[in-house]
Amino acid sequence: MTRIRFQQSLEDLKEQLLVMAGLAEQSIQRAIEAYRVRDLSICDLVTRSENAINRLEREIDQAALDLLAMEQPMAGDLRFILAVIKINADLERVGDSAKAISDRVRHMEQLGAVELPVDIPKMATLAAAMVRKSLQSFIEADPEMARSVLAMDDAVDTMNKAAYKALTKVMEEQSHLAAQALNALMISRALERVADHATNISEDVIFWVQGADVRHYKSVTGGRDPNAKG
Amino acid sequence: MRQEYTLRAKMRSGIDGAATGLAILSTVLVVAPLVAIFVYLVYKGASSINLDFFIKVPKPVGESGGGMANAILGSGILLGIGSVIGVPMGIAGGVYLAEFGRGTKLANAIRFTADVLNGVPSIVMGIAAYSLVVIPMHHFSAFSGGVALGIMMIPTVCRTTEEMLLMVPNAVREAALALGVPNWLSVLAITVRTASPGIITGCMLAFARVAGETAPLIFTAFGNAFWSTNLNREIAALPLQIYVYAISPYDEWHRLAWAGALVLIVLIVLAVSLVRYVTSRGVLKGAS
Amino acid sequence: MGVGIEVTNLNAWYGTNHTLQDINLHIPANQATALIGPSGCGKSTFVRCLNRMHETNPIARVTGSVRIGDIDIYADAKPVEIRRRVGMVFQRPNPFPTMSIYDNVAAGLKLNGYRNRHALDEIVERSLKNSALWDEVKDDLKKVSGASLSGGQQQRLCIARALAVDPEVLLMDEPASALDPVSTSKIEDLIFQLKSQYTIVIVTHNMQQAARVAEKTGFFLNGRMVEFDSTHKIFTNPTDKRTEDYITGRFG
Repeated sequence: MTRIRFQQSLEDLKEQLLVMAGLAEQSIQRAIEAYRVRDLSICDLVTRSENAINRLEREIDQAALDLLAMEQPMAGDLRFILAVIKINADLERVGDSAKAISDRVRHMEQLGAVELPVDIPKMATLAAAMVRKSLQSFIEADPEMARSVLAMDDAVDTMNKAAYKALTKVMEEQSHLAAQALNALMISRALERVADHATNISEDVIFWVQGADVRHYKSVTGGRDPNAKG
Repeated sequence: MRQEYTLRAKMRSGIDGAATGLAILSTVLVVAPLVAIFVYLVYKGASSINLDFFIKVPKPVGESGGGMANAILGSGILLGIGSVIGVPMGIAGGVYLAEFGRGTKLANAIRFTADVLNGVPSIVMGIAAYSLVVIPMHHFSAFSGGVALGIMMIPTVCRTTEEMLLMVPNAVREAALALGVPNWLSVLAITVRTASPGIITGCMLAFARVAGETAPLIFTAFGNAFWSTNLNREIAALPLQIYVYAISPYDEWHRLAWAGALVLIVLIVLAVSLVRYVTSRGVLKGAS
Repeated sequence: MGVGIEVTNLNAWYGTNHTLQDINLHIPANQATALIGPSGCGKSTFVRCLNRMHETNPIARVTGSVRIGDIDIYADAKPVEIRRRVGMVFQRPNPFPTMSIYDNVAAGLKLNGYRNRHALDEIVERSLKNSALWDEVKDDLKKVSGASLSGGQQQRLCIARALAVDPEVLLMDEPASALDPVSTSKIEDLIFQLKSQYTIVIVTHNMQQAARVAEKTGFFLNGRMVEFDSTHKIFTNPTDKRTEDYITGRFG
């Protein structure tokens, strides 16, 4: 087997990305927990890991760039490195969303607890599960698992739309709850974006493993995945 | 450790110097006799060289004066005939061996024959030419002498041509073939042309060798005291003349023999240099 | 203008060595097609079958058919005729050492009996311009021997020499492997320009070069053609695992 050093570099890059994934996943789990128990100390944890996530993002991009320049990767190796770069960006945004959620939780805590007609925890669980699964599909290089994540996105979108409708109604009819409703809406938005990032990660995994570009397939092909095998 | 290295280094440069000295000494030892011969020839013969030498034929025994004009011309004619016979056949043979018959049994036979021929004593060559030409013609002739010399030139020209052609890189042949040039034309116009400096050298080597041959001419050209340009008759030749004069009892003839020997060597050198000069004029800047 | 090449069931032997096995492929006209593969895989042998140079070796043998344009080059024509329609540039530049630049370029024509001085001048100039060498040598055309140029220039001279006989196909056997990066780039740019007039087949062990110049790429391994597809496909997502292993450097 030749190009041992290059193989090792690819393994190292994968490891780095998994560390990044761990941090991002941890952030989102913490943000959701902070919402559930309204514990401000957890919010602090989320804020602090933001720095680590940003630093890692820069390191991973640099490492990937070096490999592209120095090793002239081809075929599978090239697609892998490209996928790493994109997943890297998505993970950083997941971190950003986690921070946004924890900021909203802080604000909500200041305003006081109220009942709102949205099931944030349920959305959160789903979004977190999508993140978990998409990262798992990366670790195991499993395109079918990645495809199943794509299917979960509809549910989150639906919930987000429902939350939007319900919360705007609250803001119109019960204006003293407007601030709280707005916070909830923003958290819902953030969770919907987390789900989107998980979808992106899955698409990148499929691209890496199968060389198939399945992005935006709904708008491009009218709903049918043109590259699905079998 | 360092001292050991310095000591070894010193030893090595010592050996290097000794080897260089030995090489120079060997060269000197080899060249010295050649130089000595030439110097001796000059010493013995230069005084006898005058215009007469080049324009007069030998005087009868007892008379002084005279020259070797007929022998110089005769050698020229004999070498001319020899070259006309030996060079084309030799080159053709070399071309066949290198380009068309590589590896065939016939080529191996030809090569073997050429090498054997190279080793045959020149007197035997003379006897062969005698049997082949003189006897059927019933008399000696310049022509038969030329034949003897020509046959002697063939092996050298043939083998050198073959060697030089083999040295032409295959890439050159392929380049010609890839242009759609037929094989025979590629050989003639490209390969032979590329090897031509070496082939010419081979011809010069053969020429210089036979220019000084005496034995083959004894039974063929036979020698002639008079001026002659008739190819059908006996003809004088410089080496032959030198031989006859040298073993004679006459001082006058000895004197002429020394002069003749010197002139022979000088003429050979001049002939080779002339060919070198003429062929180098056509070579381009930077050509290999 | 270039023509397409249709190869059907091509097999080639050197003595008992079955160098090429059942090669089938179509090389499109007016494009550059790259052939890649490890040493000894048969790609050079294949290319030499396209202009019948393979048979200059006495123990070489070929079966199958190669159609260049509308002619079966083995059944319908003689080697010499084919080689005038299919030019070749070799791995090591091989200008004729005793000839001037002018004579080198004109060699293919002169040796085939072409005598018209004026026309030859034009053809030499056009060929040297087409191979991006004209500006560098136009003052020394007849004074300087072909062998006195630099490596990159010599190779462009060989390209000019091949172009002068106006072939339809140009075969290039690792043309830049003996050259420095600048000369290599010049040759690659050249190939790009030549594509519009000729069909080009380029053997290379430099995959980045194949990726840069060729529309289609074929991967040879152990005398067989494993995969033949658009260059884009071969280098981003090849179908055969052996192709992937080769181009990612996983073996040999």
